[in-house]
Amino acid sequence: MRTTPRAARAYILCVALCATVCALPAPTPGAATPWGTLALLAALYLACELPGRCSFFARSVPVGAGSFFPLLLAAAFLLPPAAAVLVSVPGSLAGRVEQQPVAARRVWRTAQLALTVGAASWTYAFLGGPATLGGAGGGAVPDLPYALLPAGATALVFSLVLAVLDGGILATAERVAVRHAWRGLLARSVGPHLVHALAGLMMAILWRSSYGPVSALVVVLPMYISCWVFAQYHRQHAAHRATIRALVQAVDIKDGYTRGHSERVGRASELIARELGMEEERMEALRFAGILHDVGKLGVPTRILRKDGPLTPEERRVIELHPEYGHEIVRGIGFLDEARAAILHHHERLDGSGYPYGLAGDTIPEFARVVAVADAFDAMTSTRSYRRGRPVPAAVAELERCAGSQFDPQMVRALARALDRHGWSAAANTVTSEEQPPGLPRPRPGKRPSTAAGTTHRPGRRRR
Amino acid sequence: MTLRYAPAPPPAVLAVRGAAMLLAVVAFGHTLWNGVAEPGHALAFGVLVTVGELARWGSLPGEREPAPLGAAGALAYALLGRSGGEATTHGVLQVVTVVAAAQLLASVPHTARGSGPGPDLVARRVLAVGFAAVCFQPLSHSGRSERWFGEGLYFALFLVLLLALTALCEAVLAALTATTPRPFGPLLRDELRALIGIGSAVCATGAVMALGVAVAGLWALPLLCVPLLLTQVSFRRYAAVRTTYRQTIASLARSTEIAGYTPHGHARRVAELSTAVGRELGLAGPELSVLEYAALMHDIGQLSLVDPVPDGATARLPAAEQRRIALLGGAVVRQTGVDTAVAVVVEQQADPYREQPTAARIVRAVNAYDDLRGEGAGGPLGALEQLRLGTGRDYQPLVVEALARVLARGGLTSVGSG
Repeated sequence: MRTTPRAARAYILCVALCATVCALPAPTPGAATPWGTLALLAALYLACELPGRCSFFARSVPVGAGSFFPLLLAAAFLLPPAAAVLVSVPGSLAGRVEQQPVAARRVWRTAQLALTVGAASWTYAFLGGPATLGGAGGGAVPDLPYALLPAGATALVFSLVLAVLDGGILATAERVAVRHAWRGLLARSVGPHLVHALAGLMMAILWRSSYGPVSALVVVLPMYISCWVFAQYHRQHAAHRATIRALVQAVDIKDGYTRGHSERVGRASELIARELGMEEERMEALRFAGILHDVGKLGVPTRILRKDGPLTPEERRVIELHPEYGHEIVRGIGFLDEARAAILHHHERLDGSGYPYGLAGDTIPEFARVVAVADAFDAMTSTRSYRRGRPVPAAVAELERCAGSQFDPQMVRALARALDRHGWSAAANTVTSEEQPPGLPRPRPGKRPSTAAGTTHRPGRRRR
Repeated sequence: MTLRYAPAPPPAVLAVRGAAMLLAVVAFGHTLWNGVAEPGHALAFGVLVTVGELARWGSLPGEREPAPLGAAGALAYALLGRSGGEATTHGVLQVVTVVAAAQLLASVPHTARGSGPGPDLVARRVLAVGFAAVCFQPLSHSGRSERWFGEGLYFALFLVLLLALTALCEAVLAALTATTPRPFGPLLRDELRALIGIGSAVCATGAVMALGVAVAGLWALPLLCVPLLLTQVSFRRYAAVRTTYRQTIASLARSTEIAGYTPHGHARRVAELSTAVGRELGLAGPELSVLEYAALMHDIGQLSLVDPVPDGATARLPAAEQRRIALLGGAVVRQTGVDTAVAVVVEQQADPYREQPTAARIVRAVNAYDDLRGEGAGGPLGALEQLRLGTGRDYQPLVVEALARVLARGGLTSVGSG
């Protein structure tokens, strides 16, 4: 486990000191700290954080400090700055920390939240927010449309301070380059924080009203449920990816030699997609298409898949049914959509001599053209039981030779560019299928590739 | 789905619809005759309910509460006794009028598209809101609620209690108007269980809206909508990924059919019948989805066989072989990221019933039924008879009888031939 860098330690210490200085006026007699409110809010925040510690609840509880910001913002609205600093302390000291080093992370989170809530509370007090909340014995009605103004400004300051502190720790502890450290931090968080501020404001108003703290608690319930559902969503999402992988592993049960091939084709497809500038959603679909392209082998009898030695024409015809089987298997999965076409057509060739339908040129779906290139590339570069894998430049040269007749030159170019840029960390020692690779380059002397891109083959740089 | 268009709805459904209709007509008449008290508030809440109901757009089939904002707004209006510190004067019938009018207005675009909320949904909402208003408004008008609960903590608790009662009332109505022919008890339990999720968020928002408007006037409404809308978005995303997940599991289950190991539609039939039997035996919620996933994937272990079992009917293999296939299946299921309980069920599906968890007992019996049903002259009845003969060791008598009841109710052919 790596230790905390010295710069990070100094930075954490600095932030912690600032937070302590901010909290110093709270116990002085002149501060008139509302201890009851402070204790109640701190206990609430602690109660929200504690279930994450307990292994029984941990699976069903929203994880991450971001979940309970409505409570902290309400504290910033209700308490004077020196007291607001203290609200988050017990909760974040006791909260769950997932990675090493635990102690440093805990101290950091406590100091960061304390300072942020303090700054937010100071902003609110400076803008005269507390007076707009109404209540407080006099039974005054909250000054509502106007009360939104200081609350919104407070949320902005809250976001800003949190993002600045976050960027600082990224730069010092994670050694992220200084100009990248702050990128996107603020833009991502402002929206949610404004929503949290609305809930916090309503909570503060009800807290001050005659109905008291209990009614304020009810405000947080929908937020808490929302966070809980969101955590469930992430868990379900992870489970879904595991299921997709299980589909692929079911193929591995039948055909033990393809291990790893599907995942690598998925990755190569993603590389090409990124190079083509596809948007995030299609890229994800294309990755699934690459991973699932051979799922139809589930439909091919195991005897044929595992056969040693050459296949008879009859057996070859049975194997060539696998794109159609694959299409049939994933038919029910709604979100795959475009990826289904890729699974059906990834053995089509640009000149129309492929299968199952013998499509040619642009009639082959774009996804299928990408997966065909990725599939052939991995089939060539990975080691099989009877031969070693070819080096990456040789495989790219082979692909380029067949571009135009078998593969779409645009996709081959994209792959070559992507390999230049990112390298290929294919586990070259993985044993893959005995099956004829789909991109088995047939020598075609008359047809030279018309493209000259990437003629100088640089060896793929290894990552890691 | 098919049952929804059954020729004559059961009397309970007719009674609920009739009561809602009667209440709405009386309320409209009364409001037209006497005029609207505090038109500003009526308009604001009417708009809120209408907009909330319009959020049904894009809801997924089977979503528990497709319009949480509409529900919360309607409940809040029923429980509104003060606004910005002043007492309000709208009565029960005005509440019903506003809510019913807003529902009708919001259903116009939906109906034009041919996908309006069913009459039962509207009737349930009108009756539940009427119930809440009847409980609260007279107490508030006569000043009794103030005398009993004051204007502080106890009043807030009183509102929360009232909303819990209303939720209970709506759950009973939902169970009464359910379209599936199932015993009332389990249906009601399903409805109550569903309340914990978005139901509690709706109730909480309803209570807070009533309190918030009482303190801060109508400005509290837009402020409180945002968190609830966020909850709705979260629930939608969750439901979407859940659907995809089920589709993927179903595809994985179908792979044995495409590989030629099991007959066409076997996994789906076993899953549907197993869940029906599970419900009959009182399973619900997570237990039921464990059962469903296990039933879908129970044959996945056959993928590791080099040669298919004839017709995929494992029920007639030697017990040791059955168990081996079950263990192989469990190994695949463990990789899918589903609850490990599913893998356990798949692994134990071939054990004698006394050593099995309930879900595995159900999967075993239903799988055997589906395997045996197709063969010989016996058909479904013969298959059931064979299961009954095996109740000494293999099949639990309780499960077999539940299966027989489900089959008798659904018709032996309609469920079986799927």
